[in-house]
Amino acid sequence: MQPAVICGIGQSKVGRVPDRSTLQLQSDAVQAALSDAGLALSDVDGLFTTPVRVEHWQAPAAILANHLGVRPRHLSTVDLAGASGCAMVQQAVAAVAAGRCTTALCVAGQNLLTHNSRAQAVKSMAESGSAHPQFEVPYGPVVPSLYALVAQRHMHQYGTTSEQMAEVAVAIRGHAALNPEAHKRDPISIADVMNSRMISSPLHILDCAIVSDGAAALIVTTRDRARDLRSKPVRLLGSGIGMRHSHIGEAADPTTTGAVDSGRAAFEEAGLAPADVDVAEIYDCFSITVLIELEDLGFCRKGEGGPFVMDGRIRLGGDLPITTHGGLMSAGHPGVGGGLFHVLEAVRQVRGEAGDRQVSGAEVALAHGNGGVMSVHCTLLLGQETFS
Amino acid sequence: MSLDLRPLPVPDALTRPYWDAAKMHRLDLPRCDSCGRWHFYPRSVCPFCGSSSLRWVSVSGRGRIYSMTSVHRAPSPAFAVNVPYVVAIIALEEGPHLMSAVIDCDSRDVKIDMRVRASFLEVGDTVLPVFRPDPG
Repeated sequence: MQPAVICGIGQSKVGRVPDRSTLQLQSDAVQAALSDAGLALSDVDGLFTTPVRVEHWQAPAAILANHLGVRPRHLSTVDLAGASGCAMVQQAVAAVAAGRCTTALCVAGQNLLTHNSRAQAVKSMAESGSAHPQFEVPYGPVVPSLYALVAQRHMHQYGTTSEQMAEVAVAIRGHAALNPEAHKRDPISIADVMNSRMISSPLHILDCAIVSDGAAALIVTTRDRARDLRSKPVRLLGSGIGMRHSHIGEAADPTTTGAVDSGRAAFEEAGLAPADVDVAEIYDCFSITVLIELEDLGFCRKGEGGPFVMDGRIRLGGDLPITTHGGLMSAGHPGVGGGLFHVLEAVRQVRGEAGDRQVSGAEVALAHGNGGVMSVHCTLLLGQETFS
Repeated sequence: MSLDLRPLPVPDALTRPYWDAAKMHRLDLPRCDSCGRWHFYPRSVCPFCGSSSLRWVSVSGRGRIYSMTSVHRAPSPAFAVNVPYVVAIIALEEGPHLMSAVIDCDSRDVKIDMRVRASFLEVGDTVLPVFRPDPG
């Protein structure tokens, strides 16, 4: 077994990028990550990626490897929906540690915004599997409706309010304002969120992630190799996967999720607790997602996510800054692989390279991805590698 | 009569009994012979005890609204004409949940825990189970 570390991160332009195809965006992210690491494509012998829902690709990992001109001895296409970003990194670390490859690329992204019209994007997302094709699609939910059903139940069971959900959106947009690479940066207020167009009650458009073009890449190599490289290496202290339901219509208890299990496994492996986390890059496809993840990961008690996010607690400067790059709600959401950006930000925080968004003295960063409708979860805990 | 162009379910071997029963205006769900529990959506083995002895049994059709949302932005033109419309999760009195529509009720009057009863909506050759308020 060879300990593995994260040695490079990079991303393409994110936002409206009509002049770059999906493969070009992914390649741009790879070049940025290689430059960050001080590595070349010829060093890469493993590749992980996710499906690209806007294309009809077979074996996306092979397509990308071929496009980049590499012939890896380890290939994998990971599909845990939104949890894929975190899960790819977990799997890459395991593969390098097991000796399946020495230097693994994790890449995800697509031109979700400019590939289709917005109407076509909404329709294809509604029919892409989040809603069960037989038992849910015929009743007409949009993807936000599936999360709205969870939000309404959470409000009913715990008294969560629209204002509390809106605070999540406001805090995350405030973080995007400090991120020059973010897609949407104009500050918003709680009133702005609550007055924004209703999509599926109780979720307004500003309670929902945006749609973006963009790609991210991350490189994992052996601890020994990383000693000689350019960037401060980051270690995976612990990780976990959790799943308690698939489609939302059949879930017995949709407001408590597999994040309980993924978080518990990650903390146990790392020998840490939620109180040790300095910054939490939490998956934010919708405002309610963040509230439930904060509860299920153990940062607050079940049902108390609403009060927990108030009073600036989750904003930079608060007790637990979250999603400091601006997340899916504001920095960019290019689909399945969007959660890889949360891992990139966690790496920056641990390295001390998050600029205006830096949490002072951050040593432990959590990254969390959620796939489906709060269905499948992956939690990562990252920390500094010390060559002692 | 307006043309309903919504995407319709394509039954497979696992789900066909559900859709065939709906055509007869029955709500049938899989029930385990071993432990007696119903489950939904259909599985190959009982999710509670692991038995393969499953059979389709009619449920009462009674339940409560477990959650609901009022859709203001339709996924496609087929649904746009009905906006705003309710999509709900129903908790059947036998235990399982399922997603459905709520008919004969203004969307503003649909509330969590409200009692409902199964009904059936014909859309072309398909019959979709839906729910309406149950005065009790």
